[in-house]
Amino acid sequence: MDQTIVEKIFSRRCNKDVVAGEVVMAPVDGAMMHDITGPLAIEKFYEMGGTRVFDPKKVIMLFDHQIPADSLNAAENQKTMRKFGNEQNILNYDIKEGVCHQVTLEKGRVCPGDIVIGGDSHTCTYGAVGAFATGVGSTDLGFALRYGCLYFRVPDSIRANVTGKFADRVGAKDLILNIIKDITVDGATYKAVEFTGETVSSMPMAGRMTCCNMAIEMGGKVGIVPPDQITAAYLKDRASFQGTDLASDDGATYSSWREYDAGDLVPQVAVPHNVDQVVDVDQVAGTPVDQVFIGSCTNGRFEDMQEAAEVLGNRSFSDKVRVLVIPASRPEYLKTLRAGIIEQFVEAGALVEAPCCGPCMGGSFGLIASGEVSFSTSNRNFKGRQGSTEGKVYLGSAATAAATAITGVITDPREVR
Amino acid sequence: MRVWKFGDNIDTDAIIPGRFLTINDPKGLAEHAFEGFRDGFAGNAQEGDMIVAGRNFGCGSSREHAPLALTGSGVRVVIAESFARIFYRNSVNVGLLLVICPHAGEITEQDQITGHFAEGYIEVSGKRFDIEPVPAFLQRIIDAGGLVSYAKKIRSEDLCMK
Ligand code: SF4
Repeated sequence: MDQTIVEKIFSRRCNKDVVAGEVVMAPVDGAMMHDITGPLAIEKFYEMGGTRVFDPKKVIMLFDHQIPADSLNAAENQKTMRKFGNEQNILNYDIKEGVCHQVTLEKGRVCPGDIVIGGDSHTCTYGAVGAFATGVGSTDLGFALRYGCLYFRVPDSIRANVTGKFADRVGAKDLILNIIKDITVDGATYKAVEFTGETVSSMPMAGRMTCCNMAIEMGGKVGIVPPDQITAAYLKDRASFQGTDLASDDGATYSSWREYDAGDLVPQVAVPHNVDQVVDVDQVAGTPVDQVFIGSCTNGRFEDMQEAAEVLGNRSFSDKVRVLVIPASRPEYLKTLRAGIIEQFVEAGALVEAPCCGPCMGGSFGLIASGEVSFSTSNRNFKGRQGSTEGKVYLGSAATAAATAITGVITDPREVR
Repeated sequence: MRVWKFGDNIDTDAIIPGRFLTINDPKGLAEHAFEGFRDGFAGNAQEGDMIVAGRNFGCGSSREHAPLALTGSGVRVVIAESFARIFYRNSVNVGLLLVICPHAGEITEQDQITGHFAEGYIEVSGKRFDIEPVPAFLQRIIDAGGLVSYAKKIRSEDLCMK
């Protein structure tokens, strides 16, 4: 029977043919826990009678949301997790490596065909390497830590097929925002979103991660890109894996099939307060902003920093704007640093912080006040997401963020030359 | 019993803002439920109150703190036109009952609701609205009283520990 890539992954891992809609108990190849959802997962693990985690090598532990500890509660939570990590022989990246999803991928902890869960909704990012990966809550995470498996409903898939070449200063973020606009915030609920087509197969890993990361913003269970040579090149020095022979069959069944033309795209902006409220940049151009954030698991990679730096050139950022730049991980930070881009940002007036989630979740520093406007390269513009519920968050690419930070008002990056 | 009515796409950041996620107990979380979003919920919500909402309730972050903030507030049932996936699963796991009702939009805060969940309907100020059945595997977890209790009873042949 012809299967989607997701049905194939579940079939292989469960040793039987499964179809979308079926509920299976499947083994997990990785379980990611961070400082927010981790402490509760540990509590649940013990409540379920756990003593040893199923396999310490398959547990990914790190702190990224509130680091360095920004409150006593945060410090206590991290202490709890450190202790658990030590006792269970789990490799704990602690506060040193950066944002969970970027770190998990760059450390080679997820391979094509794996089933991975994480105590974070953006765990769907790992579909970028052709894995099935999904976010769960702390109780599910605790269950998986104990038993090494979890219940899943094998999801239906939506095929998002993309052709055409991006115009200059238009890229993966604009594409995914446009797809979310089309599919809507709950259009992919319970479903996998499979990204294919020549635009995706020629897209570097950074862009694939951006697209898969935002699958959850359509309600998706995972965003997934069939693994190929680009995946293999990315994983080569990071992991040993079985190869990339994994793709949907030609006759696989999709709940819907959508076609997108990347060549048609102009820079996209998600306006407050839902991620599917997406417009062409010219419709909001001129909107004054108070803060610009370039970072997060969506767009905090070297490629994003480079894109922003290219728009910036030797200009300065607007005096009216607070510009926060936070590379997503230590290696991405180092690459940015060595390329001279950190210096360029600091010269231009940005605050560059060490790798972490930063203001993305509004849980730590960099909050916006009532009436303030943030332009952010992250993935959510919910009311109150970055601070005051009276504030507003706009989302866009690193290029659009840089252009906006230069002028102080939302600006089309193609107009800054 | 009071009904607290909400619209579409109520995200978990609205239910419990990110800055309170260092709190892990339901009562502590309840003090900040809907803070800045629907002030007056925390402190006034009482045991047995119900939340009624539109589409996609609970979208966004996977924080289990969201259903816990609701159970800590005394809410035992949320009725909505649809729920986001992770929130649905989390709620089942922590024993918060979620009811999918296509007519949720017609319910107002003035209504009195009586649940006949096992029978597949709710009674809203005299009117009868059908609700969607719960998938069988989730019903087993609900019947056990949440995933923790379910896990304690699970048989090894139901697992795949390899
Ligand atoms: S960067 Fe933002 S979206 Fe990504 S894991 Fe951190 S808080 Fe979540």
